Amino acid sequence: MAAAESYPEELKYHEEHDWARVDGDEAVLGITWFAADLLGELVHFEPPAVGSDVTKDQSYGEVESVKAVSDVIAPLSGEVLAVNEQVVDAPETVNEDPYGNGWLIRIRLGDPGETDDLLDAAAYRQVLANQ
Amino acid sequence: MKLIYEKSQAGRRASALPRYDELPAAPEIPEDLRRNEPPRLPEVPEFELVRHFTELSTRNFGVDTGFYPLGSCTMKYNPRINERLAALPGFARLHPLQDEDGAQGALELMWRLQEILAEVTGLDAVSLQPAAGSQGELTGLLLVRAYFAARGEAEQRRKVVIPDTAHGTNPASVTMAGYELTPVRTDARGNIDVDDLRGKVDEHTAALMLTNPSTLGLFDENIEEIERIFHAAGALMYYDGANLNAVCGISRPGDMGFDIVHINLHKTFSQPHGGGGPGGGPVAVRKTLEPFLPVPAVVRREDGGFGLDFDRPQTIGKVRGFTGPFGVFVRSYAYLRMWGPRLREMSETAVLNANYVLARLKDAYDLPFDRLCMHEFVLSARTMKREHGCTALDVAKRLMDYGFHPPTIYFPLIVPEALMVEPTETEAKETLDAFCDAMLAIAREAADEPELLKEAPHHRPVKRLDEVRAAKQPVVRYAFDDALERVEAPKGA
Ligand SMILES: Cc1ncc(COP(=O)(O)O)c(C=O)c1O
Repeated sequence: MAAAESYPEELKYHEEHDWARVDGDEAVLGITWFAADLLGELVHFEPPAVGSDVTKDQSYGEVESVKAVSDVIAPLSGEVLAVNEQVVDAPETVNEDPYGNGWLIRIRLGDPGETDDLLDAAAYRQVLANQ
Repeated sequence: MKLIYEKSQAGRRASALPRYDELPAAPEIPEDLRRNEPPRLPEVPEFELVRHFTELSTRNFGVDTGFYPLGSCTMKYNPRINERLAALPGFARLHPLQDEDGAQGALELMWRLQEILAEVTGLDAVSLQPAAGSQGELTGLLLVRAYFAARGEAEQRRKVVIPDTAHGTNPASVTMAGYELTPVRTDARGNIDVDDLRGKVDEHTAALMLTNPSTLGLFDENIEEIERIFHAAGALMYYDGANLNAVCGISRPGDMGFDIVHINLHKTFSQPHGGGGPGGGPVAVRKTLEPFLPVPAVVRREDGGFGLDFDRPQTIGKVRGFTGPFGVFVRSYAYLRMWGPRLREMSETAVLNANYVLARLKDAYDLPFDRLCMHEFVLSARTMKREHGCTALDVAKRLMDYGFHPPTIYFPLIVPEALMVEPTETEAKETLDAFCDAMLAIAREAADEPELLKEAPHHRPVKRLDEVRAAKQPVVRYAFDDALERVEAPKGA
């Protein structure tokens, strides 16, 4: 079952529809409910390699639905510490629980200052309202 | 309908070959490459075979069976005369290695087609080799690379600019050609966002790739400004000609400032397509890029005859076998000659038809960019989804019940719940009206009886497909009874 629309307050957002849960010098990244809903049920997640670097505002992987293949944009830079294998095996987890079991990767932050550029939930909702 | 394997009965045969007492010696085949058991082919008599495939063919849908407004694909009627001409033995039975003197007619046809395409695009030289639009794109970008390499700017110019409305093959070609992508946004009127563009074009830019009219069916109103920006930066301009059906005889990419164009012969010039090809994706270029075109070039010799020129030291090489998909050239040449100097009417009618359909539909669906369209337009089922839970996919499936091929959906990506309609010039007003009536009826059904849409199609041989499962657990071969061959049963089946 696809989750109901939500944008948790404790997360940081990127206008390309990605979220980050920052915890010390690490962060967990994923795509927002809006992105998952737009794509429809995901059928594939192409993750980056553990140990590789991701760069803020650039693609670090791909998600695919029957409608489209879409780049996943990194909201923050850093080194990939872990990839969510549950999503690799069952991509629809992202539709079911985009901010919980549907996380995509965990990184060690390259530049913690970048967090300041991200949006809070209210600002991200404003981005959606303008679409 | 049963699969042919399900009709199979051991021992039934379509033909009986005579038995030879003395078989000729079998060629030496290494042991490990030999087949141990005969292949498992279906066993049916000839008439069963004929019935099976004839029945299958009646379940197909094509331009010959109905209206096919698949946006971005230009599914126009393909005149039968094209096939007559392509089947002429002098064309159809010509060997590609025939010497030039024995192939003058074919060479002349290719040369004349090149001349016409140069005229239509407003450019100087043409190569017919690429076999599809996407291959034309790659060829074009290899020309860009060769051009900058010859000027010593290959290292410096690494970026290709592409708007967010582009067809997926554009960024794919950029990556394959070894370039980096610079995406640029679309503004509120559906044009390239020129302010966004200005900040992104500099001495590192190799080229722009633009579809004009765009995949939104809109002609870029700032094309002259865009041309100034790119040429001032020393970059080249590439025109994705997939939408050339909108502008033939009206405006020419060369006059808009483009340096390289690919033409989709299978869209604009009536090569049948939709079944996987062959297509035709010739590229036309400005004089400065001609030395880099693929070899062989089809040329008119000094003695007035026609020939193949391999002597192009700066060429990027070959992109396809021999001189390209020749049958496609015959059909496109025939089509172009039929229109002759009236080619402009083809595009005018395509644009008129699209605007007529748009005018009838725009109150029932969302129209993200409210302008006159070119040869196609993009509606959105966004409000319908919010209010009634019916999506673009549901509309498309329901249209099949009304006997129409659905429009392109969920493309371009910048329009949510997109429905992209391209009627082409070949349809009669009655057909367009019947299609509009169906689209309007579906909009009413979405409000009154949304289940009708969500469970559609109801009257087609195949009902709603589970596309997600098909993508995740594709079953691509027949599950024979034999346990070894049985495909693993899908989860939850
Ligand atoms: C805008 C656009 N560009 C490029 C292409 C690629 O052309 P082809 O399918 O011949 O490779 C298409 C076709 O689908 C298209 O619509």
